Amino acid sequence: MTELQDLYQELILDHGRRPRNFKALGSANRSAEGYNPLCGDKVKIYVEIDGNTVKDLSFEGSGCAISTASASIMTETLKGKTRAEAEELFQAFHDLVTGRQVRIDAPDLGKLEVFSGVSEFPVRVKCATLSWHTLRAALNDEGEVVSTE
Amino acid sequence: MKAPGGILASEQVTKMLSLDPDAIREDFPILEQMVYGKPLVYLDNAATSQKPRVVIDELTQYYSTDNSNIHRGVHLLSERATASYEAARVKAQRFINAAESKEVIFTRGTTEAINLVANSYGRANVKAGDEVLITAMEHHSNIVPWQILCDEKGARLRVAPINDEGELILEELAALINRKTKIISLVHVSNALGTINPIRAVVEIAHRHEVPVMIDGAQAAPHIRLDVQELDCDFYAFSGHKVYGPTGIGVLYGKAELLDAMPPYQGGGDMIASVAFDKTTYNTLPYKFEAGTPNIAGTIGLGAAIDYVNKLGIERIARYEHELLEYGTEALSQISGLRLIGTAKEKAGVLSFVLDGVHPHDVGTILDREGIAIRTGHHCAMPLMNRFGIPATARASLAFYNTRKEIDALVEGIHKVKEVFA
Repeated sequence: MTELQDLYQELILDHGRRPRNFKALGSANRSAEGYNPLCGDKVKIYVEIDGNTVKDLSFEGSGCAISTASASIMTETLKGKTRAEAEELFQAFHDLVTGRQVRIDAPDLGKLEVFSGVSEFPVRVKCATLSWHTLRAALNDEGEVVSTE
Repeated sequence: MKAPGGILASEQVTKMLSLDPDAIREDFPILEQMVYGKPLVYLDNAATSQKPRVVIDELTQYYSTDNSNIHRGVHLLSERATASYEAARVKAQRFINAAESKEVIFTRGTTEAINLVANSYGRANVKAGDEVLITAMEHHSNIVPWQILCDEKGARLRVAPINDEGELILEELAALINRKTKIISLVHVSNALGTINPIRAVVEIAHRHEVPVMIDGAQAAPHIRLDVQELDCDFYAFSGHKVYGPTGIGVLYGKAELLDAMPPYQGGGDMIASVAFDKTTYNTLPYKFEAGTPNIAGTIGLGAAIDYVNKLGIERIARYEHELLEYGTEALSQISGLRLIGTAKEKAGVLSFVLDGVHPHDVGTILDREGIAIRTGHHCAMPLMNRFGIPATARASLAFYNTRKEIDALVEGIHKVKEVFA
């Protein structure tokens, strides 16, 4: 049961149940949709970008506890960050959930640390990273639906 | 199930069941294992079934003693391989009660069988403005091939609706048939809901309008007795790996007069009678539709699987699985916050459900750690999920080697899920 407890930590369950910034964002000037065809998870990320700064962001969609909590905590974490900072956090987060050594010079993951348990569940990595891939597409204004496949 | 004096001893229960699953389980080496330190509870049979030792042994035997190419060798090994391959065709013919063995075409599986019909029959008979009719409960493999055909021809794909229980609305299907309808293709048993469709009735209505009917029997073949002559369907497809045989082998049944009139699906060796650069004469049935070296080992393995199913008896299998399904339906219905998706009166082997406040994917992960293998997701039936307004379900699907104890483990596992998400 310990690996399961590591995966479903209280903070993840909380954000899964009551996601923050779960709405369309009127002030958004970027958005992108992400889709995981394996489990049907869908997410839409809205971003208000001001110069190089992520001024505000939000999300909508449906997904499992891991993907919902990941999107929720991501939106909390990235508010006010620059694009470069967001990219660095994604790298560190990706290393964390795939069980790689997070680089020493990586930024502080803060709340995102609760996703460390995902690395014991390889099939769930895509749930945790879907919103991040989608955010990247929104920032790069790629316009196409991001797929985890 | 209660005796006057209280709950029946499990020995008595077993006697009342139509099969003895504990004895049968010994035929399936894979079921002996532990996963995460717990006994494996395999409830993903609708995705693929496990293989009895006789099937595994048959594959080893074939590759150890008979391996060679078929239909063209003068040597003994080729003779033996050809004889086993053709014997499997006769076994498949009897399994579905086809009139002739040449009506049995070996394919890679149900998907390829449907693609064969859509490509060969479909392209020859469906024209611009025509219609192809399917149902709202189809697997993607019985949607996409017809979509491709309709796109190419400028034809229209029509969809017969289902009710909230997951049953086909027969009158609505009948109302959709018209002079433009060129083929109806529908599932016999739904993979996501377990619904058994009234195929005989559909065929009767369709034939009144002279429309041929193709049946996707992937989920029916392992669970119910098949008789394509009684059903009077024009095409019927099933997969070997879902009837306890190997992957990569399946069957397309077609009425001989239809198959004879159809153009080939793929060109190559074995499907020809003679080849010259100015003209090729095609082989007769069934070889016209079996281009290239087929999955010989898989076919022979399928033959062994059919023998195994026959030995147990498909009627007994159906009865036992029905009892288990009733037991499981009752047990899952007791769980608060759980909703069964697919509650048709006629059902086979599938317990699809959603749990309040918990995504199916999370249900699957937690059950997995309890040693319980189920499927979560849209089950390759996204339009069906939309029909029920859900993104996905958790699905436990049964086979004759499953037990009441395993259903109890599933129920206990679901309670664990609820604890985690409490």
